[in-house]
Amino acid sequence: MLGKLTWAAIPFNEPLPLISMAVVLIVILAVLGLITVKGWWPYLWREWITSVDHKRIGVMYVILGLVMLLRGYSDAIMMRTQQAIAVGDAQGYLPPDHYNQIFSAHGVIMIFFVAMPLVIGLMNFAVPLQLGVRDVAFPVLNSVSFWLTATGALLVNVSLVIGNFARTSWWNYPPLSELAFSPDVGVDYYLWPVQISGIGTLLTGVNFVTTILKLRAPGMTYFRMPVFCWTALATNLMIVAAFPVLTATFMMLLLDRYLGMHFFTNDAGGNQMMYVSLFWVWGHPEVYILVLPAFGVFSEVVATFSGKGLFSYRSMVWATLGICVLSLMVWLHHFFTMGAGADVNAFFGIMSSIIAVPTGVKVFNWLFTMFRGRVVFTTPMLFAVGFIVTFVIGGLTGVLLAVPPVNFVVHNSAFLVAHFHNVIIGGVVFGALAGINYWFPKAFGFTLDDRLGKASFWCWLIGFWLAFAPLYVLGLMGMTRRLQHIADPSWQPLLLVAEVGAIVIFCGVLCQIAQLYVSIRTREQRRDVTGDPWNGRTLEWLTSSPPPAYNFAALPKVESIDAFWQMKRKGRAPVKPTYEAIELPHNSPAGFVTAFFATVLGFALIWHIWWLAILNFVAAIIVVLIAGWSIEREEEISASEIAQMEQAR
Amino acid sequence: MRHAAHAVILISAALLLASCQGVLDPQGPIASAERLLLVNSTAIMLVVVIPVIVATLAFAWWYRESNARATRSLDESYEGRVEFVTWSIPALTVILLGGVIWIGSHQLDPRAPIPGKSDPLRVDVVALDWKWLFIYPDHGVASVNQLVIPTETPVEFRLTSATVMNSFFVPQLGSQIYAMGGMITHLHLLADNPGEFPGFSAMFSGDGFSDMRFIAKAVPARDFNAWVEQARGTGSALDDAGYAALAKPSKAVPPATYRSVAPKLFERILDQTTAGPGNASFGRAWCPPSREAGG
Repeated sequence: MLGKLTWAAIPFNEPLPLISMAVVLIVILAVLGLITVKGWWPYLWREWITSVDHKRIGVMYVILGLVMLLRGYSDAIMMRTQQAIAVGDAQGYLPPDHYNQIFSAHGVIMIFFVAMPLVIGLMNFAVPLQLGVRDVAFPVLNSVSFWLTATGALLVNVSLVIGNFARTSWWNYPPLSELAFSPDVGVDYYLWPVQISGIGTLLTGVNFVTTILKLRAPGMTYFRMPVFCWTALATNLMIVAAFPVLTATFMMLLLDRYLGMHFFTNDAGGNQMMYVSLFWVWGHPEVYILVLPAFGVFSEVVATFSGKGLFSYRSMVWATLGICVLSLMVWLHHFFTMGAGADVNAFFGIMSSIIAVPTGVKVFNWLFTMFRGRVVFTTPMLFAVGFIVTFVIGGLTGVLLAVPPVNFVVHNSAFLVAHFHNVIIGGVVFGALAGINYWFPKAFGFTLDDRLGKASFWCWLIGFWLAFAPLYVLGLMGMTRRLQHIADPSWQPLLLVAEVGAIVIFCGVLCQIAQLYVSIRTREQRRDVTGDPWNGRTLEWLTSSPPPAYNFAALPKVESIDAFWQMKRKGRAPVKPTYEAIELPHNSPAGFVTAFFATVLGFALIWHIWWLAILNFVAAIIVVLIAGWSIEREEEISASEIAQMEQAR
Repeated sequence: MRHAAHAVILISAALLLASCQGVLDPQGPIASAERLLLVNSTAIMLVVVIPVIVATLAFAWWYRESNARATRSLDESYEGRVEFVTWSIPALTVILLGGVIWIGSHQLDPRAPIPGKSDPLRVDVVALDWKWLFIYPDHGVASVNQLVIPTETPVEFRLTSATVMNSFFVPQLGSQIYAMGGMITHLHLLADNPGEFPGFSAMFSGDGFSDMRFIAKAVPARDFNAWVEQARGTGSALDDAGYAALAKPSKAVPPATYRSVAPKLFERILDQTTAGPGNASFGRAWCPPSREAGG
């Protein structure tokens, strides 16, 4: 009846996860209770949960990413603490069984449910505005994408209380992840949530490629698009190319685990290296899927706060496209140490280092954008400068890892851990935080407190270096990754420094929470009434803050790059616009309801509850079909209503 | 300035600490060559990276809004010569590095035998849950979690796994290589001087992973022969039953030697069906063909 699910699935004997989960549950119940008491449900349902507005969906993605960042961070601090104290003969406070789940969950959560939602959220919010259009190509699909991602995040967290998470690292390499070595539900708690959210991500890719290729304001040719839109296009092309590979790979592993097949097993002709290869065919583009939008944010931020057009726009575009194509041809550098021949290793090493060329060009372009500019040090700009300085070091160590013989001695070491945190924190996280500070006033109509924002930047920057510079050194000293305890006591001082760094990063997080709190409290003084708080260059700053549901009462006419800047510059007197009726997509519960069934489906599949799985699969499909066939999808706002709303601004 | 001085002191202290162990303290030609490549590649890139960092900070500071002395030209956002330079510098760096990569990859191919004065020593390595088995096919002895090799003698490793993936790595001797079930990987290493060098698995393999360590002990050739003689005289025999017992999962296994090894043990491990922890033993019905790993 309930498959593998029994009372034994709840870890009554492990107080730590149980207590932390109880606290989380109480907080969630308190929030839900507050919403009920205040009577906010109708508002939430109408304005957020069923919203198909790209701006609202973008905001929800970012909130999801930030909440999961706290979860991923708590995993990180637990790991750092374990490694700092479990030295010599000490075993620390986390036994391998628990520690292995924590580093696996940390990787899975940070990649799939923090970094992805943050960059997809920013793209959702900014791309249609920058393109000067009213929504994405498929608004309801967009809502489905978001809620499927939320499903995945929820299921991963359910593993804290019911059952356990994977102990196989986020690589999840077979044969360790096969049934023979991981018989419990842990690996399934990794695979199914990522399968479900992966569908959401793929749909996002399709949605945004279509949006950028087919929906642009009149006159917005490709080479007049803001660079952030170019990076979004490249990222979504990579999503469409790479995510199906991940889904297929995980499906093969699931077939091994559920139906006794032998794609990747040790025995019966399975080929474990095939998994490794396929995983990185997705995995390497994935890091560029994450970092290209961050590059896009920095391009906008550096240009805006230097008061100058981005240096060599065309170079930037070609560099972006170059990275997009090259990123699909380098995956073998993740397993130089598996015995490929010298020719193969050398080829992939050279291909990998070639990516440094377009990336280097980007860095030089940001540099020359500041050159002879008027640099205003706002929080986003500080993140941009901190990013350049940090990221070039991460790039350097990345190219080192691309030299096969060097890779032979640092592969899987703490050096590698330091390298990819260097590019993911220094690149993706800094980019997302810069983007949040940059677009916040557009989204909510008031600016974020700059003093606390800057404080958080310094904590993040200093904390990052304190946490990961020691890992570079430890890697060279011969420390490998994923160690539950450390034999060599001489490594402890550096591990303690890393622990301090992780705490400093937490201070940065606290500053951000304080920043949000203070900014909301003082929002009346920090209202952005112009819609253009930074003296921006691109079209999102043309409309009001926050923008109306339809974004632009009349679609802007684009005549060059930096379209809004040119408009301001020509000082075009605002002609009394003639308003036309605008059709907007209806709210739709399709996303939320599909995700509800998908959540139960995922849970049922994890626990082998077949009747429930079939029921919910059918229900989810029916919802999708109903949503697909519904006729009345749009509502019209009449010209007079728009005129009224525009006057009220 | 004081902060910068402190930072320099801290960094040099950390590097000094690092240089007395691990990758920065090579004890053989492979590891030395790899450290040289590491240092050279870093130096090549620092030539570009340091000026970029300095220029970033300098531009950002000098062109700050409040600096009245800065000359600004806010309308310039393209300059062909600069664009040429921005593409050339990374391109030239990468061309140089590309050469380094091509040559280095071929010279340090783990499969390439090391030319030496003496005949190579053959060692077959098997990754087990969670310990390393070293079989000396030419001497008929074996050891667990202890690799004894003669100095100045090329060592020719063949590696496989009787369980999940692991990576065989002795940082001070150089190149690591994965050990994978049903496959053979090849590695050649050489120790210049006597010493005891830490080795371990560099690929996460489950609960006992952190203790999957061994000592690689390089001894003069004479001492090596004495060790072989001693191993032949002590310990138990690694017959099929002994292997089945050894293959059962166990953690933090102390070093041990075996006086003899069942014939073709390595080949049979390679061909065996691995059915999970505790089940790694012989006599299963179906044997997959052994494969060479990699391309």
